[in-house]
Amino acid sequence: MKPAPFEYHAPETRADALALLAEHGDDAKALAGGQSLVPILAMRLTRFAHLVDLNRVDDLQGVTRENGTLVVGAMTRQRTMEQADDVPLLVRATPLVGHFQIRNRGTVGGSLAHADPASEYPAVALALDAEFDLASAGETRRVAAADFFLGTWTTAAAPDELLVAARFPVWGADAGFAVVEVARRHGDFALAGAVCAVAPDRAALSLFGVASTPVRCQAAEAALLAGAPPADVAAEAVRDLAPADDIHASTATRVRIAHTVVARAVTKAREDARA
Amino acid sequence: MHDIEVVINGERTKRRVDARKTLADFVREDCALTGTHLGCEHGVCGACTVLVDGEAVRACLMFAVQVDGGEVTTVEGLGGPDGALSPVQDAFRSEHGLQCGFCTPGFVVTVTAFLRDTPNPSETEIREALSGNICRCTGYQGIVKAVQRAAGDAP
Repeated sequence: MKPAPFEYHAPETRADALALLAEHGDDAKALAGGQSLVPILAMRLTRFAHLVDLNRVDDLQGVTRENGTLVVGAMTRQRTMEQADDVPLLVRATPLVGHFQIRNRGTVGGSLAHADPASEYPAVALALDAEFDLASAGETRRVAAADFFLGTWTTAAAPDELLVAARFPVWGADAGFAVVEVARRHGDFALAGAVCAVAPDRAALSLFGVASTPVRCQAAEAALLAGAPPADVAAEAVRDLAPADDIHASTATRVRIAHTVVARAVTKAREDARA
Repeated sequence: MHDIEVVINGERTKRRVDARKTLADFVREDCALTGTHLGCEHGVCGACTVLVDGEAVRACLMFAVQVDGGEVTTVEGLGGPDGALSPVQDAFRSEHGLQCGFCTPGFVVTVTAFLRDTPNPSETEIREALSGNICRCTGYQGIVKAVQRAAGDAP
């Protein structure tokens, strides 16, 4: 239960961090809050010759508003998102991310870049059509959430690229939001969860914990926008799901839970829109 | 190896550590502060909870080198200099909030940070705050009551 030896780097600027990632490529891993990476290292599921600790890099932290977008620096602690009132889905998702001691250390960018299919922020990003700024020593590119999550723990970021900021669209005050999940114990990874946003002119719905990436439910969004009953929206959302059969839940159980969380999220989001 | 300087329980200390040494192993092995317990060593059980710069964190999910220049408070740093129990520790004793005691340091540190930030918690808030710490023998009823007592609501 101890990590294999590694060389530790603690750059103080974003440029230095990117230079280290460029220099060491596949042998290096960026260390954000460490709430997923450190246990993975401790259990020796992986090892890296170099860890580039981002915790002393000031220009990766903080939240800014740019017109209709909330720009969240990658090293912003998850706990900060409890006050991200511009994006209520982040506020609602955050208490479901681990426990408060985890959220004190864990970061928004770390959770997104780790891309665990059962985690909440990737599903929020996918539902909202968020975009991510990926920087390397040479350039910065912007990638849509829909193009970023490729599989379990796998993203479109190259080894020398760093997710430096996530850009979440801000919806109007007439919208309602909900994040609902079912987990064995509070704070555990969800067996299945749903993210729902509904406004008079648009609707968004995504699922997490039911595939190797978060899943956007476009057909169900149409039903949601058309005012279909929650159970009908849920039936549409789970129609093509084939979640893995694993030690935590069978495929049938997960589909049933997904149906339940979608129906609950639709009801809650509509109530929230009326409130 | 890395040279670090840390204030632990109010005392400044300089040490040389391996990069891979976790904060939890550092306080136990290098600083001989064995009140911090290691249960799961992957962030699930909460037994190793300490305060880093005032915030409750899992000491098994940080490296000692990361607290260079910072402040760490372990369970040993919560009581009075004469060994007097802190209000949270006292409440755990009064309400039978511990039995074997293995998980207790993590609970006490967690509750200390929680009550500082949430001085008048509801029972729901208390249970939510405790959800990241696992106890396998006392049972949570006494622990919840201890938090209520420490918050000034003698059950």
